[in-house]
Amino acid sequence: MITAGIDVGSISTKAVIIEGGRILSAVVIGSGYNARRAGQEALDLALKEAGLQADRIVGIVATGYGRNSVDFAHRTVTEITCHGLGAHFLDPAVRSVIDIGGQDSKAMALNEQGRVREFVMNDKCAAGTGRFLEVMARALEVDLEAFGRLSLKADRPAPISSVCTVFAESEVISLIAAGEKRENIIAGIHAAVAARVTAMARRIALAPPTMMTGGVAKNIGVVKALEERLGHPLHVSEMAQLTGAIGAALIMASSSS
Amino acid sequence: MTQPILLSDAEKERRKIKADDRMREIMAAYYMEAKLPPKERKKKIAWITSGGPVEPLHVMDVIPIYPENYGAMIGASKMGVPLCEKAEEMGYARDLCSYARADIAAAEVQGGPIGGLPEPDMLICCNNICGTVLKWYEVQARRFQVPLFILDTPITHTRFNDDMRRYVQRQVKEYIGFLEEVCGRPFDYDRMAEVGRLSIRGQELWQEILETTVHKPAPMTCFDAFFHLAMIVTLRGTQTAVDYYQMLLAELKERVARGIGMVPNEKYRLVWDNLPIWYRLRWLSNKFMERSACLVADTYTAGWTSWLPLTDRNNFLGFLGESYARIFLNSGTDLMAENIIRIVKKYDAQGVVFHSNRSCKPYSFGQYDIQRIIQQRLGIPTLMIEADMVDERSFSEGQIETRIDAFLETLK
Repeated sequence: MITAGIDVGSISTKAVIIEGGRILSAVVIGSGYNARRAGQEALDLALKEAGLQADRIVGIVATGYGRNSVDFAHRTVTEITCHGLGAHFLDPAVRSVIDIGGQDSKAMALNEQGRVREFVMNDKCAAGTGRFLEVMARALEVDLEAFGRLSLKADRPAPISSVCTVFAESEVISLIAAGEKRENIIAGIHAAVAARVTAMARRIALAPPTMMTGGVAKNIGVVKALEERLGHPLHVSEMAQLTGAIGAALIMASSSS
Repeated sequence: MTQPILLSDAEKERRKIKADDRMREIMAAYYMEAKLPPKERKKKIAWITSGGPVEPLHVMDVIPIYPENYGAMIGASKMGVPLCEKAEEMGYARDLCSYARADIAAAEVQGGPIGGLPEPDMLICCNNICGTVLKWYEVQARRFQVPLFILDTPITHTRFNDDMRRYVQRQVKEYIGFLEEVCGRPFDYDRMAEVGRLSIRGQELWQEILETTVHKPAPMTCFDAFFHLAMIVTLRGTQTAVDYYQMLLAELKERVARGIGMVPNEKYRLVWDNLPIWYRLRWLSNKFMERSACLVADTYTAGWTSWLPLTDRNNFLGFLGESYARIFLNSGTDLMAENIIRIVKKYDAQGVVFHSNRSCKPYSFGQYDIQRIIQQRLGIPTLMIEADMVDERSFSEGQIETRIDAFLETLK
């Protein structure tokens, strides 16, 4: 049985096609302003990559911020449930997940089946999320890909007291004006993100092993800063960004069987 | 992961609580009398805080007006944002309670729902609900140049003691003296006894009404309780409230007998904590209803019954201070957690939905601890929604919808 999961996030849209617990194809594209179109486009690309016709797909589950716009999906499920199942698929030993996406950060405690026991989510403010890091990278004129790696070269992380995107940006600008090294500023930003996310995540019983999922997991600087704060290592899959879409595809597979 | 259930119009009609219309009539008549020109009205008007001792006002034929009830009206009619913005223009911080901001701004622009509140002849402020009311009422006392009475009620962190009892009871005497002076006539203690009996009867009926939802399916949800609450808040101590609640109770009992639930296929029973999100009542009610979740009880509407065990129907005045001082909002975090645990057990609920209300600090402060206590003691899932009761700018629909959905997914 072939199923698809589509995760329409605030920044990127992910589609995964799964057959019998095996990933046939996976794509990541920008979400743009039309969530439905992004979902369709991601699915079409995933089908193409897998060399499949659309009619081979038995079921489609949409998740993520734009899930309700994907009207061709058979079901919608929140990204919280999907990240839990996706993380469990990637590593069944995992008992908790920290997911940092474009505009949300979340922490989840899982049971042995990857079902979410409890979760916590950031409030309305986008601080400490992918969008926040994008704004900071732009202020520092650093490519987002290089942003994480650069921070590892810091010798003295600069203190960033505020985690509000707007205020942190002005702090960063002050630090630039004061001649602070770019690496140190970035390391300071990552430490601020880690502090905020850890404080939130600790509201629930965050049992190790912990997996980090979502697009920000690609940022090695944030991963390191979080590990330092949490005091234990994070499991980061190469497919971290696809976790939600994987979970979505798995839900369809388990419910249709 | 269930897809939403949609109801037909006939089904909606069957589920509608018929007493709603009478409630609207009574509330309209109440505000119409209060809005008459002072010469025609012949009664004085007191603005009073939601947890203030209203019964002595009825004794003195003073019409009690509740800026907080008005705040709820402002929120429900989605007039909160422009009024809050007006208050911010006047220099009030956005962090200030949105009831306070909306009320202060409505008085300034002489607008808002029902064209603004009738001007007060006096202000009665009891700080059992929060500290904000002190400054808020001082601001209004300066604006309207009217006398202000403050009843100071110490918080019961763990235990209410004799010093506290004497302290609040002495203030009740001062309160009566204040009313005699402002109204220019002696206090009628016989009438007080009668008003006290009506107040207790109203609270008992309200409690019985809230308790009808122990039945499965529940004949109403907390969203209905939020609506019917206005009577126990504003007309507590009157025959009108007693009569109305008798009628509502009879209807709910009949629904129970006929097995009519408010939520179709009631599957999940939940408890709500904190004030309602007035401008999103329908949206929230539908969100939960479509997913077969029934909010069977809440800490907020139950707040107007919490002094029942503390009072004495034959000596109402003698217990007035203590019963008002010991409301659940004026207690410590542990006592608040105990209260929720009691409600969860009584109503056989599977989860708790917390509204972390940006406006209401005493209600929201401690919620994370309460959440932890509940998870440890009961092992049930809880949900935290960050919003505000009146200020829509603090509401993020996408995030809240995701949280509600994810929470219900974890209940399965």
